Amino acid sequence: MTRITCKKLSKRYGKGPIALDNVDLSLDTTGVFALIGRNGAGKTTLVRILSTTLFPTSGDAKIDGVDVVGEADEIRKRIAVLPQEARPIPWMTPRELITSYLMWRGVGYKNAGKKASEALDLLGITKFGDTMHSHMSGGTKRKVLVATVIASGADIIFLDEPTTGLDPISRGEMWDLLAKLKKGRFIFLTTHYLEEAEALADRIGVLDEGKLLAIGSLSELRRKTGYPYSVKILQKADHIKIKLGRVIRGRDGNLQVFTTKKGADELSRRLISNGIKFATNPVSLEDIFYFFVKKKVDEGGEETGGGEWQGA
Amino acid sequence: MARSVASQIFASVLVNAVYAMKNFPVMLINTMLTPFSFIIVITFISHGALFGLAVEGALIMTMVSNGLGLQGDLSHLKNDLKVQEMVVGSPTSATIYIVGMAISELVYALPTLAILVVLSFFFLNVSVIGAIAIGGALFLMFVVAIALGFFFSTITSDVIQSFAFSGMLSTLLSALPPVYYPITYIPMPYQYIAYISPTTYAAQIVQNAAGFINLSTAGLVVDWIVLIAVAVVLMSIAIKKSRWVEV
Ligand SMILES: Nc1ncnc2c1ncn2[C@@H]1O[C@H](COP(=O)(O)OP(=O)(O)O)[C@@H](O)[C@H]1O
Ligand SMILES: [Mg+2]
Repeated sequence: MTRITCKKLSKRYGKGPIALDNVDLSLDTTGVFALIGRNGAGKTTLVRILSTTLFPTSGDAKIDGVDVVGEADEIRKRIAVLPQEARPIPWMTPRELITSYLMWRGVGYKNAGKKASEALDLLGITKFGDTMHSHMSGGTKRKVLVATVIASGADIIFLDEPTTGLDPISRGEMWDLLAKLKKGRFIFLTTHYLEEAEALADRIGVLDEGKLLAIGSLSELRRKTGYPYSVKILQKADHIKIKLGRVIRGRDGNLQVFTTKKGADELSRRLISNGIKFATNPVSLEDIFYFFVKKKVDEGGEETGGGEWQGA
Repeated sequence: MARSVASQIFASVLVNAVYAMKNFPVMLINTMLTPFSFIIVITFISHGALFGLAVEGALIMTMVSNGLGLQGDLSHLKNDLKVQEMVVGSPTSATIYIVGMAISELVYALPTLAILVVLSFFFLNVSVIGAIAIGGALFLMFVVAIALGFFFSTITSDVIQSFAFSGMLSTLLSALPPVYYPITYIPMPYQYIAYISPTTYAAQIVQNAAGFINLSTAGLVVDWIVLIAVAVVLMSIAIKKSRWVEV
């Protein structure tokens, strides 16, 4: 089984703040791994280090035991990377771009042309194959770039925020494509759209301020929160004393309780008897994300954590 | 192996010259405009006397500006399009990439060079040895320009920085030196300023080979030594100090 492993991987750009902070990671390279995190969390930094385009400051990273710094040449044969905010060369057509990219990878001209046609077909953009990129919509351009890295035949594909900035329809199309493409190759994806990770990923990593806070499948992450249910209180409920689970305050000022099945039932009964509106759901990825990211806020002392909380 | 290296080099030529010329021919006209407008201006001002010299000057200028053009092209591919990063994370080395890109700049210059060579052939009296000397000096200037262009493209992170460096470089390599006229036209203490630029040495070699000036053997040897040394030093700095993987 191929694995990506990082040990105490850290990155500091120049004398700036730390961008990646002691990341330990062990990841099977099958299906889709989605790295989620806010802007500036360090997603791009991690992708660039793993894809050999950026040196780490300390720690190490390996793919299949091969070091991404010392043996980058070996790694590069097996990976293809689509950088964040990459754009297809405006004065070229998709067929020309894919052909050239494959030639840069060492494929002969003829063979590259053939593979370009196949990739265009796979991505459903054959009809744009000979249109100049400058005449294309943003969604199509992004598909061209994905087609380009997929055409490489690499078994590990890094896509850094491939859907950021796309309209909802194009984004949906990209999800369908990625769901199709993940068969037969490993896709390391970054995104700040949580629905995207939820829809596509087999495993998800939560990165914040350079720290990998959690990693696992959605159900594993749910379990890791310790509280598989979320009770969202939809109005002011400061007089309710909540003794169950963990409470965070949402941006709307209302409370959200992460709790067990039993806790959710009990809380529901009390909220109903007090006539307070609420919604109970299995925790979503969004809940999980806030759970882990906010937990750090708690530990920083800005909010009280723990099992008991009296609304203020 | 050799075939795959050839493919890798040819990829850069396709992207940066062949497809660019085919799909965006106005860029080609742009590269021809400057040298030919200089020839016209110099010829008019000198009442025709400096026409031949201006043609040789245009040859040097074409090599320099196309070589320096590498900086803008690479910056664009690296900083604006992020295509270079896709290449870094793929089985291509920095050396293969730069060699391919350098050739692409030369290919881009071919139409201009062809016209200038034809003009030289008809209007100038150059011996075979002279032609070889001119070719050598042009090649070395190209190496100098490519090395500088590559080096600065790898250390710039945005287009504004890139513009600033390319402005400086083109002043140093093509505005300052006496490319379109003999250095003796510059009054004495100021001639030393011209010698700051490596282009001046190439210009002297070319002007001497075409019979416009008469250098002593010692002077000629010095010109060659300086030019070769500058080319070698800059190229090794470019290869050693430029950043392929970011730090
Ligand atoms: N080239 C760089 N130079 C200096 N700081 C950088 C550079 N790239 C990223 N950073 C900083 O590193 C941190 C992580 O950035 P990044 O990896 O791009 O995050 P993300 O991709 O999650 O948005 C941010 O604070 C960012 O400002
Ligand atoms: Mg990013």
